[in-house]
Amino acid sequence: MIILEQILNGVQFGITLFLMSAGLTLIFGIMGVINLAHGSLYMIGAYAAALVAAYTGSVGLALLGGIAAAAASGILIEFVVVQRLYQRDHLDQVLATFALILIINQSANMLFGRQPLFVAMPPSLSGSVTLLPGLVYPVYRLLVIVLGLSVAAGLFLLIHRTRIGMLVRAGATHRQMVRALGVNVRLLYTAVFGLGALLAGLAGVIAGPITSVQVGMGEQILILAFVVVVIGGLGSVRGAFFGALVAGLVDTLARAFLPMLLRQLMGGSNADALASGLSSISIYLLMALVLLIRPQGLLAGKP
Amino acid sequence: MNVSKVAAGVCLAILSVWAAPAGAQAPVKIGIITSLSGPGGYLGQDIRDGFELAIDMNGGKLGGVPVQVMVEDDAAKPGQGKQIADRLMKNDKVRIFTGIVFSNVAGATVPDVLDAGAIYVSPNAGPSTFAGKGCHPNYFVVSWQNDSLHESAGQLANELGYKSVYLVAANYQAGKDALEGFKRFYKGKIAGESFTRLDQTDFAPEFAQIRSAAPEAVFQFEPGGLGIAFLRQYEQAGLKDKIAMVVAAPSLDAVTLSVVGEAALGVNVTSHWNSDFDNPANKAFMAAWNKTHHRPATYYASQGYDTALAIGAALKGTGGKLDDVEAFRQAMLKADFQSTRGTFKFGPNQHPVQDWWALKAEKSADGKLALNTKTKVLSSHGEAYAKDCKF
Repeated sequence: MIILEQILNGVQFGITLFLMSAGLTLIFGIMGVINLAHGSLYMIGAYAAALVAAYTGSVGLALLGGIAAAAASGILIEFVVVQRLYQRDHLDQVLATFALILIINQSANMLFGRQPLFVAMPPSLSGSVTLLPGLVYPVYRLLVIVLGLSVAAGLFLLIHRTRIGMLVRAGATHRQMVRALGVNVRLLYTAVFGLGALLAGLAGVIAGPITSVQVGMGEQILILAFVVVVIGGLGSVRGAFFGALVAGLVDTLARAFLPMLLRQLMGGSNADALASGLSSISIYLLMALVLLIRPQGLLAGKP
Repeated sequence: MNVSKVAAGVCLAILSVWAAPAGAQAPVKIGIITSLSGPGGYLGQDIRDGFELAIDMNGGKLGGVPVQVMVEDDAAKPGQGKQIADRLMKNDKVRIFTGIVFSNVAGATVPDVLDAGAIYVSPNAGPSTFAGKGCHPNYFVVSWQNDSLHESAGQLANELGYKSVYLVAANYQAGKDALEGFKRFYKGKIAGESFTRLDQTDFAPEFAQIRSAAPEAVFQFEPGGLGIAFLRQYEQAGLKDKIAMVVAAPSLDAVTLSVVGEAALGVNVTSHWNSDFDNPANKAFMAAWNKTHHRPATYYASQGYDTALAIGAALKGTGGKLDDVEAFRQAMLKADFQSTRGTFKFGPNQHPVQDWWALKAEKSADGKLALNTKTKVLSSHGEAYAKDCKF
């Protein structure tokens, strides 16, 4: 039962990572922009949802408010800053978006203070359910899994089955041709950036009630999201999905079961110390392994 | 008699008359190096505000001596703390320092201060490295030694009769010290141990371990935002009502409580100070704090306040002079001030000897959450490293 529970935990963590890395990989793979401020959009989503929840007490409004704020900020950022970076090299993009992190963090500090915010969770979601005899799992985390899977399915349909998706895919590889056909690529890019921001905001909104909403929360998950993008292959949403699930599972299972395994081999406290060290780098080990075997990532789109 | 000699004498006399009171009036500079930015920013903010509150309540003086504080932000970065200390010593001739929140910043900054013959009085960080063999005549701690916090939690777990406890701590020096301290006093069975990452936000894997180990209680050291996430997820995982929790003060202070809300109900805490302590010094402190600041007083604020009073007592004993460090030290060691904690004195390694109390997070009649003081856990408790300290 504990193994099953840990697998669920891994999937839930993977889903959050997927929402973050889907946006990153879209923006990076299609527009060629490294957006370090993606984590800030996650934070904006979490803060906005916390504020709306505090004022209205409504979960639905908080969800809408969070993703709307993140998407709007994303579009604003694209319009004001990122637009100027498409033709520049990656170093300029890193510098500019890193500056955005500093500016957004400092603004959040001034607006909301240094103390973490409280996000109330409706009582109906805060309990646990018994899935199988002996397997008790929090309702909220189950919802996160369901929501994440449906977003993934929706995204897949959007990209592979709709006209907009087709344009996005075409715009990534044959930009000039798409433009020649009379499509406004400029607008298309803004839309993609907004979609990525929306997904990051959604990840922030659902993370709010689980973790604490505070300044700098975005940078912690950003690094993991980049790792997922590398594992899955640049520009591939499908890759991001499977990469995120694999990374979430590896991280969670390593944290859960490495101590037990190592304890068979050596003394208690040594095993614990070594296991916590190993499990905290497990995702990076996974990345190194994937890069060794498939330097393009697991499911890289064709160059 | 030579007129010019007389004139020179008069001039000298006037100068010395002028200079003497000017020298006595020049305020003593106190350097406060503390963490004001980053996730731990409210800790440094409270220490600074507590310290300045003591000065304001005494009309800009400490121990009757005018003081001037110079506050600098170390951003919880060891290198930055070190640079600030060097600058304040060289450019501003500061001779007394205080304020550091985090043990790793103290580890980088304090040795420089002591090597230069200046004085450091700690309002928070109390790493074991400066308590035993590494103790120093110019180094004082008003707060606690790291291990003591968790020793008291171990003792409380004994008194509450928990037969088995599962331990969780963040994976860094203070986390390891926490488990050491807890195990030194706890006599029951350790059901299991987990170290978590310092940037970890999701504790579900640890909770699954805890559930399968089925201990009577959990002891956790997850300071700041980590503790907030830990407590809330603990409730969501349905563990709160099944497995009791014992923590030391850093894992649940007044600010954490106000953010976490009901998820913290029933948690057992040990601390050396609480806002409801019934002594005149604490009443005066709380009244002044609530008048000036519209946020809950944390134990960090009380430590900043006590540190200011301790320095004030030493300044009073030496008439505000800092050139004779030995005289300052003797005056300091008398601890001739009214601590907000009640009993307080310095042990042989210039760390506190004090009482530790059990607190509990409870809901009062008006529906507000508060930490209420219950029983005394340890009386006049020193710490484990004092015996290794030789001056």
